[in-house]
Amino acid sequence: MAMSDLTVGFIYVGAKDDFGYNQAHAEGAAAVKALSGVKVIEEENVPETVDVQNTMESMINFDGATLLFPTSFGYFNPHILEIAPKHEDIRFQHCGGLWSADQHPGNVGSYFGYIGMGQYLNGVAAGHASKSKKIGFVAAKPIPQVLLNINAFLLGARSVDPTITCQVIFTGEWSLAVKEAEATNALADQGCDVITCHVDGPKVVMETAAGRDAFVCGYHANQSPLAPEKYLTGAEWNWAEVYTSMIKTVQSGGAVDNFVRGGLQDGFIKMSPLGPAVSDTARNQFEATKAEIMKGGFKVISGPMKDNKGNMIASAGESFAEDDIALESMDYLVEGVLGSTS
Amino acid sequence: MTDTTTASFAPRHAYLALWLPRIEAVVIPLAALISGLLVFSLFLLALGKSPVEFYSLIYKAGFSSGFSWKNTLSRVAPLLFAALCVALPARLGLVVIGGEGAIVLGGLAAGITGAMLIGAPAGIAMLMMVLMSALVGALWIGGVGWMRVKRGVNETIASLLMAYIGIALLNHFVEGPFRDPASLNKPSTAQLPDALRVGDMPIGIEVHWGFGAGVVACILCWFILDKTTIGFAARITGQNIRAAQVQALPVGRLIIGFTAAGGALAALAGFFEVSAIHGAANGSLIAGYGYTGILISFLARHNPLAIIPVAILLAGFEASSGLIQRRMDLPDATILVLQGIVFVILLLSETLYGRLAIFRPSYWRV
Repeated sequence: MAMSDLTVGFIYVGAKDDFGYNQAHAEGAAAVKALSGVKVIEEENVPETVDVQNTMESMINFDGATLLFPTSFGYFNPHILEIAPKHEDIRFQHCGGLWSADQHPGNVGSYFGYIGMGQYLNGVAAGHASKSKKIGFVAAKPIPQVLLNINAFLLGARSVDPTITCQVIFTGEWSLAVKEAEATNALADQGCDVITCHVDGPKVVMETAAGRDAFVCGYHANQSPLAPEKYLTGAEWNWAEVYTSMIKTVQSGGAVDNFVRGGLQDGFIKMSPLGPAVSDTARNQFEATKAEIMKGGFKVISGPMKDNKGNMIASAGESFAEDDIALESMDYLVEGVLGSTS
Repeated sequence: MTDTTTASFAPRHAYLALWLPRIEAVVIPLAALISGLLVFSLFLLALGKSPVEFYSLIYKAGFSSGFSWKNTLSRVAPLLFAALCVALPARLGLVVIGGEGAIVLGGLAAGITGAMLIGAPAGIAMLMMVLMSALVGALWIGGVGWMRVKRGVNETIASLLMAYIGIALLNHFVEGPFRDPASLNKPSTAQLPDALRVGDMPIGIEVHWGFGAGVVACILCWFILDKTTIGFAARITGQNIRAAQVQALPVGRLIIGFTAAGGALAALAGFFEVSAIHGAANGSLIAGYGYTGILISFLARHNPLAIIPVAILLAGFEASSGLIQRRMDLPDATILVLQGIVFVILLLSETLYGRLAIFRPSYWRV
């Protein structure tokens, strides 16, 4: 308490222990708590309505928070954009948004990670584990971040065996346990023997898939405790690393950039430790690919490549590196993914 | 001698007969509310938490300062409209619990109408947004009433199931035909220009006009229910549908009309959410206001005037939920538990009406 403590507020759209998106952020907040000179306040289950506006102002007015991490994508527009101009001395760090200098206030920043590369590595592990050559993906909504994950998962698997296909089922909601279970069962019924997902809380998908004797690849956080035998690996956020480094920058009087992106090599994402079912050949290719990605600028979408309707998405020689902004408006599923974006 | 006693007694009796039921209608729910808070205190004590701290945090976060009042009142608007969607049909003895469907579709209609009328004169565009929103809500819940009248379909189940259909329709239109291509990771209808955004009321704190409109709607509904022949006919129908039919009251039209009116009002909650808060229709409209509205209407015993303070009280509870999470390390469901306990005790208290001697005029005769 030498200087006045920095009060940092974390806001989650779901439960802090959801084994998924929110837990990943809460783990980051827990790491911040361990720093000295920082007081962390948290609030969970805050809807993307006027509620989050009030929560932000409540943290500012009642707790003296000066740095806020409203972590859900839907908090950005209109909620952060409404509140930030009224509190110019408060910093709002938002996860997932596309901050731009000409449209958005200077006290707002957005950060995100190239977790699609993690799904590519999931795909490599899945490609080796699959016997049926059919893998499955339970997805929330057909939005760019999700589509990139699906495509990367299949392309990772195809780097092992180009005949593999990936069936995707969209549940339509970020958090809807019943539909997630139904979708997982439907994938297992169709013969998918490795399943991953992109929903807020992967718990139901992991447990249901493992119960159907399918292998699973995790997402958001480490779900291996849910299916220790069947868990191959998982694409995890590494918010602990990102948040502690941002807090240290602020504490030392520095400024955090308004637009921050990072990948595996920057410590923004990490992979769960490989599970017991991963073979040595799989491990070798996994580690080699991981080393490749660690160099930065990995190109998942690399021509010639078609989408699953036969349209050209990358001509021969054309490719998109992980940090290509074009990937953040992806609207297609690549050839080999069975499913439709609409 | 006898003449003088009756003369002095009669006005007093009439006075008691008029006021005792009114006092009863305030005292019983208030006592139920206080009992609920006391029972919840025991729950807190069992967890080793201080009830005093809990209730003072509710006061601090919900009602103590300008910001607290903003925090509370900015949550009230959708609750008022949602509660009216329960209260109006309740007067006819109908239990409609699917206001959520009308709210999301009303918001969707407002968003789409606004997006299509960008460039039109703002006044006209805004009016069309309100009308289209109300129309969709009226058709949605009015349809529930119609099914009740024409096919004998249970309105409670029908409205609840239709709410799920309404949410699916919202998602479909927002993610499909009416999606703004610029809304990448949060599918929404096109962003409304500032001219089509409802602003704040000039009361010194940032509370949008939906609050004022909701209060006016509650007062209007109270007037119609209590002071007009239509309201009287509705009350007769609700108390005894056969008697109403014998009296040749238009029972079918009353049911369809009241459910449609409730739906139109719920849809306005969606309109205000889109125009005042979100600036576009999207999945954030699915916030469960329709379900909180059920609780509020029951707590208010379906009296539109009582809905106003009850909605403010519940909004204050919700406004304090965050501070309670942060200061007392209680889970976010704490406020839900409190609401649930109050609700159950309130339902139990319904059995007390007419049973307490103190509220009978005879008790006060010498």
